[in-house]
Amino acid sequence: MADNAVAEQERMRVFQAAALPHLDDVYTLARYLMRNTHDAEDAVQECYLRALRHFDSYRGPAMKPWLLAILRNVCNAEFARRSKEEIPTDYAQDESLAEEMPMWQEPQTSPEKTMVRQQDAATIKRLVAELPEPFREAIVLREMSNLSYQEIAQVAGVPVGTVMSRLARARAMLRAAWNAAEISTKRPGPAVASGTAS
Amino acid sequence: MKCDESEVMLHALIDGELDAGHARDVEAHVAACPGCDEKLTAFRAMHEIMSAAPLKEAAPAHLRNRIEALMATPASRVVSMRQFMQPTRRSFFGGFAVGSALSAAVAASLVLTVFRKDQEQTIADEVVSAHIRSLQAGHLMDVETSDRHTVKPWFNGRVDVAPPVVDLTAESFTLLGGRLDYIDSEPVAAIVYQRRKHLINLFVAQHLGTRRTRTMAASIQGYNCRHWSEDGLDLWAVSDLASDELDEFVQKIASALRQPARAS
Repeated sequence: MADNAVAEQERMRVFQAAALPHLDDVYTLARYLMRNTHDAEDAVQECYLRALRHFDSYRGPAMKPWLLAILRNVCNAEFARRSKEEIPTDYAQDESLAEEMPMWQEPQTSPEKTMVRQQDAATIKRLVAELPEPFREAIVLREMSNLSYQEIAQVAGVPVGTVMSRLARARAMLRAAWNAAEISTKRPGPAVASGTAS
Repeated sequence: MKCDESEVMLHALIDGELDAGHARDVEAHVAACPGCDEKLTAFRAMHEIMSAAPLKEAAPAHLRNRIEALMATPASRVVSMRQFMQPTRRSFFGGFAVGSALSAAVAASLVLTVFRKDQEQTIADEVVSAHIRSLQAGHLMDVETSDRHTVKPWFNGRVDVAPPVVDLTAESFTLLGGRLDYIDSEPVAAIVYQRRKHLINLFVAQHLGTRRTRTMAASIQGYNCRHWSEDGLDLWAVSDLASDELDEFVQKIASALRQPARAS
């Protein structure tokens, strides 16, 4: 019993050291997949519970994509469960490309960043959140979680070629939306519009 | 290369996913095609703006606390929580309530924090101590050179392994030199790298802790620590570098070890 407790403590310690540093990445993906904070937080907690239970069978190669793949399964399972039951009113798969995205109501405060970056960040986040799946997921994993194509392929369970075409589509859509947003706010010509809008 | 192919490939170029040959192909096409050139410029600018913008969400403190509490709970208790959850078909949103129940249960289990340090933990602590010691003036290097062909032979006769000394200058990890260190009362080769202001100690020995086929990651006294086994050697990397950069370092060393030509 005492030995079991020791082994258990050790297992927890190793798991914590390996998994906890990726909490922000897991949370970020959860926010983009689940669309509101409460669902995102529950999904993250469930993700860590499952990861802990399956930690013994974890064989690498990298912790971050492994956790993100679990999170993705948690979210998909939740979507499947909800589609059988009544979909809660605060969630709709085809939410219109809203001006009001509840997930961005709390702006990130990071004093060291410039105002321009803050504005850019808020705009980019809104535009990414408006992308349809699976393109949203692909761009979040690449640009925010900084995964390689191989790792994105593992998380999404698709071949690398599919990841490449999804990213190309995602960036093309994002660029179009970005340029549209820039035009509507009448800001000076953005770098991403080089050659077309300007 | 045709435009439709290039339109997909140029993203892989931006993301640094292409080998030299394919990168050349895309660049050659882009140089000759104004349409694709414009796309490459625009998408590269977009990628750079996104990389620079603070896009990652920080997990709220209460969520972090919940997860940490979860980890401090013995698995048996976590599992029983789940079994309790399932038959009642508690919704996904029940997670919040379970979270609070867990934190309450955890308070009791937290008392049980006295546990035997195993060998791995002892060595991890020693490795980090050795790293900290090396940061003190004059303790970092016995042989100070960026030439791996000087560092490697220096270890001959001093340690019972031929430690891999790899040139990672291209990956912006500068080789500073080598040192003989003692961990677990055994002589160990320490190879010192630097990225920006951050020093990395790579400790190499035949046996240093538990054999690991996958990399063990830990953070001890604020230093990031990685341990893995490769090619009959145990390797430990310690640094104040960010976790992901140290992972990058480990990956570069590991892949260099698998290509003996580079780690002569």
